[in-house]
Formats: sequence, C-alpha cells, structure tokens
Amino acid sequence: MVDKTTEIRSVPLERRSHKSSFIKAVGAVVWKDLRAEFRSRELFSAMLVFSLLIILIFNFALELDIKTRQSVTSGVLWATFAFAGTLGLNRSMAIEKDRGCLDGLLLAPVDRSAIYFGKVISNLAFMLIVELIVLPVYSVLYTVNLFQPGLLLVILLGSIGYAGVGTLLAAMSVQTRTRDILLPILLFPVVIPVLLSAVKASSGFLNGADWEEIVLPLNLLIAYDIIFIALAFMVFDNVVEE
Amino acid sequence: MITVKKLVKRFGLKTILRGVDFEVQPGEFVALLGPNGAGKTTFLRILSSLSRPSLGDVMIAGYKLPHEAAQVRARLGVVSHLPLLYGDLTANENLRFYGRMYNIPDLELRTTEVLEMVGLESRRRDLVRTFSRGMQQRLAIGRAVLHDPDVVLFDEPYTGLDQDASSMLDEVLKTVAAKGRTVVMTSHDLARAEDLATRFDILSRGVISASASRKELKKTNLLAFYKQALAS
Repeated sequence: MVDKTTEIRSVPLERRSHKSSFIKAVGAVVWKDLRAEFRSRELFSAMLVFSLLIILIFNFALELDIKTRQSVTSGVLWATFAFAGTLGLNRSMAIEKDRGCLDGLLLAPVDRSAIYFGKVISNLAFMLIVELIVLPVYSVLYTVNLFQPGLLLVILLGSIGYAGVGTLLAAMSVQTRTRDILLPILLFPVVIPVLLSAVKASSGFLNGADWEEIVLPLNLLIAYDIIFIALAFMVFDNVVEE
Repeated sequence: MITVKKLVKRFGLKTILRGVDFEVQPGEFVALLGPNGAGKTTFLRILSSLSRPSLGDVMIAGYKLPHEAAQVRARLGVVSHLPLLYGDLTANENLRFYGRMYNIPDLELRTTEVLEMVGLESRRRDLVRTFSRGMQQRLAIGRAVLHDPDVVLFDEPYTGLDQDASSMLDEVLKTVAAKGRTVVMTSHDLARAEDLATRFDILSRGVISASASRKELKKTNLLAFYKQALAS
C-alpha cells in the first residue's frame, strides 16, 4: 500500500511576500467555506428558511396597513438579518470546531488574522445571498419597494459590521460547551450600535428623508464597521489561542 | 530539534504540567507514554503552538515558542485523534486547501505524491465524510506531512482504529519516520510504540518521570519499564 519512494522530494515552502501569502490564505479559507457549503447547503438553507419564517410571522402577527408597513420595514428587516446571521455564524464556527478543523487552521504558518478575514468574507457572503433572496420576498409580502441603491448600501454596510464582530465572538463562544446560547448573548449587546445605525439609515432611505438625516447614521455605520473589524483583527489571535 | 525546559502549564488553579524537561535530537522517534490525564495532549498542544506555556522555555528547530510560532508551524506537522479534515470536501480538495494555507508550490504534484503515500490516490475525488475512520486518519497524516515538515507530532493516532486500519497506519508512520523526520507520538498502545519508537519517555503527574532509548530497553521490556516508571 505504501510506496516509500513516493516521498522523496523535499518541499520548500514558497518564499513569497507576507502580503501575498496573507491574501492567498484569506482566499483559501473563503474557497473552502463556499465549496463545502455548496455541497452541504447546511448553513445556507437553515439561514434562508429561518429568515423567511421570521418575515412571514411578522407579516401575520402585525397585520399592518400599507402606510404602517413602510414604517416598520427597517426594524423587521434588521431583526430578520440579525437572527438569521447569528444562526449562520454559530454554524460556520461549529463546523470548524467539531472535527478539529479549527486546530488545523491555527496550525498553518499564516497570520491568524487571515483566518479571521477569510471567515468574515464567507460569513458575509452567506448573509448577503440570504438577504438577496429575502428582499424580493419581503417586497411582495409587505408591498414595499426595497430595491433602492441607498438601502442596499446600508444593508451591505450593516452586514459587514455584523459579520465582522459576529465572527470574532463566534470564534470565542465556539470554545465553550454552551456555544449556541452564548453567541447571541455576547453578540446582541455588542452589535447594538451597528443595528441602531442600520435601522435609522434604512428608515431614512425608505421614508425619503433628507440626506442630512441619513448621513449621520450612515457615517456611524461606517465608523463602527472600521472600529469593530480593526479591533477583531487585533484580538483574534488571543481569542483563538488557549 | 526540540528543547523544552521547566515547562509549566496551568489552567486556572489546576497545574497540568509541573516543570517538564524534554529534548529530542533530529531524526529521533520518541514515544511519549503515560496514563490518562498525565498531560500528554496538553504537552503536544504547547509544542504545536496551539496553547501557550504558563512558564518555561520551548524551542523547536531553533525557534522559540510562542514568539516565533509562525516559523515553528511551518516546520511542524500535527496529527491528532481528530482528523482535522472537512467532511464536505474531497480528499484532494482538503489537501489543496491546506496546501494553499502552507503556500506550497507545485501543489497538484505534491497532492498526488501524498495521496499515493497514504494509499488514497484512487479515492482522491471522494468526499472525506464517506471515508472510514482508518482512511480519514491516513489522509490526516497526508495533510500533516504535505509541507514536508521537519517535526511531526502524533497525538494518539490509533484512537478508534480497528486492527487492519492500525496495521495500515503503522506502515504510513514508518514511511513518515523513514525520511529522517523527528517524530513525537503519544500513545496508550505500548506494543505499537515499542515497534516504532527509538526512545520512550514516560509522562506522569505532569513531569517526565523516566526516559529510555531502545538500546537501553534491551534487558527489560517496555511494559515493565512503564510500570516501574509509574510506580516510582
């Protein structure tokens, strides 16, 4: 079975710049997550079904007239994205932990923040795909036009912040036995600034508010995204190490 | 190749390792034996840079942990009782993924070489979740040596394997060691350790309580040495 002559070649690790191997590692993590998810559809289908159920429940529970629907839209949307996002973040890290793959990732000779960024990008991709499906369904159910460039920008920025901080906290909570319960408990208080800014900016775009009203929450959202991701970038190594 | 001095590891108030001194020369195959809870896995996790020591010095291939962890990781392969493989990727995809993480050139060629070495070339396009435990463990060894590390750490590699799978794993382990690599393996299986290792260290109550080379063990057998080390 084992041919001892097959392993004669010494493998010199490629001497590339730190930046190049960092980008390569980020790409590898994203490729691996998307490839595995494409096969199993475990995470994506759970997030999508959960999101659709939430907007359906809100639709039946609130029984709103057309005017009021417009005013609750941003709240309902962000509640849906937040809950579905948590589900995805939990599962995404649990997949790494259950078969010891997180150790496999941490053993690679790359800056560990490359693993963080890879996971953020794939978590963000899953969130955005789910959101792209949820938006037209919501538009039909609530008869609200959600395809406005401003609103789509807010959804993108809010999702970046959510995935950024969520991935860090998921990496933290996955080490514990109560990871399923712990992640939302840790995440929701921390992510409140992102959600508040996102809801405010979304409402502004949906209600046709003046740019002056929208620009403050939009700037806050950008600032939170930068702060959270920079903070996560700095502490991720310590979070994943025993 | 590996030098550990006065290594202490504490988890809260609990001290797992109480001043371990350990040295391995290049090309040695050391079996680290000991009862459950002796700290073998903790020790290997520190050597593999997955856990930080509370006190003491750890040097691997001339690099100090934890400060030069990336350099150590580039020269280290680790096989644990968990496969560290993705069930929803094929054998080939798993190796390609880790190859990209290690920045290995000619990845296609290297992946084929490794799959041939572990006897899984014919299953390269099959999903890992369809593999038996033994096949997964062989692929895990392939993953660990993909970047041709100088040091390979095995943490209980025989856990959960049946007799046939264990025998196959023996062959793969011999191939890995035959290339002059430094190997440290923890195991409960004394017979297999005796067959493979060139030195035997006993880790008991958080310290290395005894050490003997294969030559030194000629007069007595490993089981007697092991029992004696635990009793002392």
